[in-house]
This record gives sequence, C-alpha cells and structure tokens, in this order.
Amino acid sequence: MIPELKRELVSKIERENILSLLKIGKRLDGRTLLEQRPLKIVPNLIEKADGSAYVELGKTKVLVGVKVSLAKPFPDLPDKGVFVVNAEFNPIASPFFELGPPSDYAVEIARIVDRAIRSSEMIDLEELAIIPGKLVWMLNIDIYAIDDDGNLIDAAMYGAVSAILSGTLPKVEIINEEKEEIEVIKEERIPIPTRDFPVSFTFAKIEDYLILDPTHMEENLMSGRLTIAINSKNNICTIQKGEGGGFKLEDVLRARDIAIQKADELRNKIANQIALGSRGEESWQKILEG
Amino acid sequence: MEVREYYGKKIILIDEEGKRTDGRSWNELRPVRMRVGVLERADGSALVEMGKTKVLVAVYGPREVMPRHLALPDRAMLRVAYRMATFSVEERKKPQPSRREIELSKIIKEALEPAILLEEMPRTVIDIYALVLQADGGTRVASVNAASLALADAGIPMKGLVAAVAVGRIGNQIIVDLNDIEDKYGDSDLPIAMLLPSEEITLLQMDGIMTSEQFEIALREAKKAILTLYEMQRKALRERYLMIREEVSAGRGV
Repeated sequence: MIPELKRELVSKIERENILSLLKIGKRLDGRTLLEQRPLKIVPNLIEKADGSAYVELGKTKVLVGVKVSLAKPFPDLPDKGVFVVNAEFNPIASPFFELGPPSDYAVEIARIVDRAIRSSEMIDLEELAIIPGKLVWMLNIDIYAIDDDGNLIDAAMYGAVSAILSGTLPKVEIINEEKEEIEVIKEERIPIPTRDFPVSFTFAKIEDYLILDPTHMEENLMSGRLTIAINSKNNICTIQKGEGGGFKLEDVLRARDIAIQKADELRNKIANQIALGSRGEESWQKILEG
Repeated sequence: MEVREYYGKKIILIDEEGKRTDGRSWNELRPVRMRVGVLERADGSALVEMGKTKVLVAVYGPREVMPRHLALPDRAMLRVAYRMATFSVEERKKPQPSRREIELSKIIKEALEPAILLEEMPRTVIDIYALVLQADGGTRVASVNAASLALADAGIPMKGLVAAVAVGRIGNQIIVDLNDIEDKYGDSDLPIAMLLPSEEITLLQMDGIMTSEQFEIALREAKKAILTLYEMQRKALRERYLMIREEVSAGRGV
C-alpha cells in the first residue's frame, strides 16, 4: 500500500540547503522556525451550503462546507444533536491522492478535527435538539483538500471551525411534539450555536529542529509530526502525533508552550476574517487569486 | 410568459418582458469568469464560473500509467473523474460517486479526446479531475470549459480548445446557458461542446422534447455562445501566459 503522505525523493543539495537554513533559524520561504504561513479565510462562499469557508495557509488550500439536516438522535444521547466530520482528498489537491473511499490519511485528519471540535465543546449540541429523543439537527462538516502544499491538518481545522462559525440553521416551529410534526422555516435562520472554538498547531521535526506549519517540501524531510489543539481557556483539547519518528518529552512540552502562546492571536485572526467576510459572488472574487 | 406549477407553487420561468428567472434575455450567457493555473500541485488547472456554477479542474500528465498493463502502446490514455462536492447541491450529496457522475466523467472524456494529440504520447496517461464546488445547472459544460484550459495550462499538445454550453427550450422559446431552475422545470436541455477552431461537435446530449426546427435553432444559438466562450478561454490563457512571463522575468520562477 502506498501511504498518502508519500515522501518524494529530495535531492541532496535541496536537503542540505534546508538543513543549513534551519541551523541559522531560517526556512526556504523566509520564515523563522516557529512562524506560520499567512492565513486567509473567505467565509460563506458556497450559497448552497449552510456554512462554508475557503482557507489558504500559504499555498495550501482547503474548502469546507457544512450541511444541516434533520435526524434521529443517538439512543444514548437523546437530547443532543449530531455532527459528522468527513475529509475528501480528491487528486485535485495532490498527485499522491487517489480516487475512491477516504484514505487512512484523510480519515486521520477528519478524526483530529472531529476530536478538537468535540473536546472543546465548540458546538452546543443540546441546542441542536429539536424534540429531545426524537428529532435533532445533524451537521455534516465536509472538508475538501484543494491544494496540498503541506500541513493539511491545520488548514482543515481552521476551515472547519470557520465554516461552523459562519454557518446558520433554519428556524423550526414545533407543531405537534407527540407526532413529531414541525415546520422548517428556511428563510429565517439562526447562527449555529457555539460556545468555544479550538485552534490547532502542527509541528514537524526535521533532525533536531522543531518547526511550525511545515510545507510539502518540509514534510518530505520530517521524521515526526505533532498536532496540538488549544481551546479558548488555553487548555489542550486534542493531540496527535503522526508519522514515524519520535519526539523527546522536552520537544512535546515546548510545542505545547508555543501552541498556547500563539492560540489567542490566531483565534482573533480567524474571528476577524470571518467577521469581515463577504458572501456569495463577492467571496468568489477573493479565492484562487494566485 | 412561461409559468410552471410544482406542488402548488408557481414558478415563473419567463416573465411578461421575456426575462428569465435571473433577469437574463433568452440568448444571454450568465456572468462567466475563467482563471487558469490556480493550483500549486497540479500540472495544469483552471477554475470556471458560469453564474453560480463553479468548477475546479486539475490535470496531471502525461505520466506513467498505473497499473502498467493498462498503458496503450500507440497513444496516451485519457482518464476523467467528474465529482460533485457534498455541499455543492441543495441536499447533501453522498461522497461516493453516483451513476450520474460516472456517466458524466465518460462523456466529458469523450468530449475532450478529439482535442488532444494522444498519439504523440504513447504509453502514458493524462488524468483530469473535475470537482464541482457549487452546482447551479450546466456543470458538465463548465467542466469541459475548465478542463480544456487546464489541459492547455499543463502544456498538453492539443489541436485546439473545446468550449461548451447548454441550451434548452421553455415552451416555444429556445434559451441559452440554462441555470438549475430552467434545467429542472424547462422542457428540454441540450448540452453541447465543440472543438475549435475546427468546429467539430464533441459532446451532444439531449433530454426532453424538441421539434426539428427548434433543434436547429438551438444548435445554431449554441454555436454562437460557444464561440463567445472560446474567446473567453483564449483570453484567460493569454492572461496566464503573461503572468508566467512576468514571473520568469522577475526571477521568481513559476
């Protein structure tokens, strides 16, 4: 089986170039080791979705859409709504992605995003219950990779939280609770009820260097990958170590400190871009500008 | 004036002034935007917007065929996958490919095949991936328009560009570039693609009913719209090549 995050051969000269830059605290694209690439978020460009966001993290691009539908609650959680995170890594985004059912890499990313949203209690699931035990809202959060220039995890995370934050639900009036009769008023909409929002930071380890937000080229060289998601109380809400290779205890603690230190600023950056966001046709002019 | 009833709801397809649901006249295209070379990892790419219909296409190749036994000894193989994003339509679409997506992949492939000099690249494959980001009618023709551009962007040798449009009929009126409502409630739908400059028709489908006279008018109107779209494609490619020239002369690479 070919792993999705397939390593390309990196020439010796390129490898040495990257390593000599790391030694003086620099990277190929001019960043310092713990600097993220520029983040651009365009919310609500898909009019057919109930919430959506297009994200550019450097040259990595992701599109996330939220669709809401009526569903039965889970028997063990009768008074809570449901959400499902799914990632589609269509070959459009990378020569290494293949058609067909989601790869293990896509499933891993969808589950990291799911766990961060769930653990941070971002979505107020009780508010999604329409008739407790019988009828609830289900949110399908679908992540599409558009261009993989590395660190799809963080791009997917920012996209998913932005799509939720910019999303709305139709208003519902209960006509008869017993008979589960309701009226869905599609024109009147309320924001998807949220309480918090997580942000994630993904680090790569190349030799002894810990770098934030790796590009595709840096992913080719990394021995390990570490993702830490932080909620708004500055608590850790998800961790995922990925790829072969190990991290020293000190590295993990350092990554944690950096993530906590950067979380508020990033959360503000995301919230501001969502607040500024235009809609529909206006948004489309802002995407894939090159 | 053309009005249809659907579950007691009145849908005005053409009003007293002859305007369509989105205010267009009968032979007017929706606002079209074409952008080439929008993706980093693909060999060629394009985003085509026809009104609210938005399609992104990536092209890879010519590259080695995997599995190898599928390779053709005398020409390149062309593969097309047309897919719709789950949130591109009103009701969430399941991620698994539908029968419709499989059929459209095939006819899009056959629409593009005559444009490509496949015999110049034996034993290789050219992969085309079309992803519908938002669907509002005419997604297959938007995919063809975008795929032509993405193929050219990838530097694939071609005889020309394929441009496409859907025409249709509402009552006695032929209309050009159908949107989703017109596609659903109109009386017929005729997507058509043409290879230019040779003017060969490479995609032709129809559903619904047309008289032979209506069919002829529809074909002639489609050709006019296709020539307009072809000029837009050429303009979009020129813009891309100018951008590459600027980037190269600035020493930034592409």
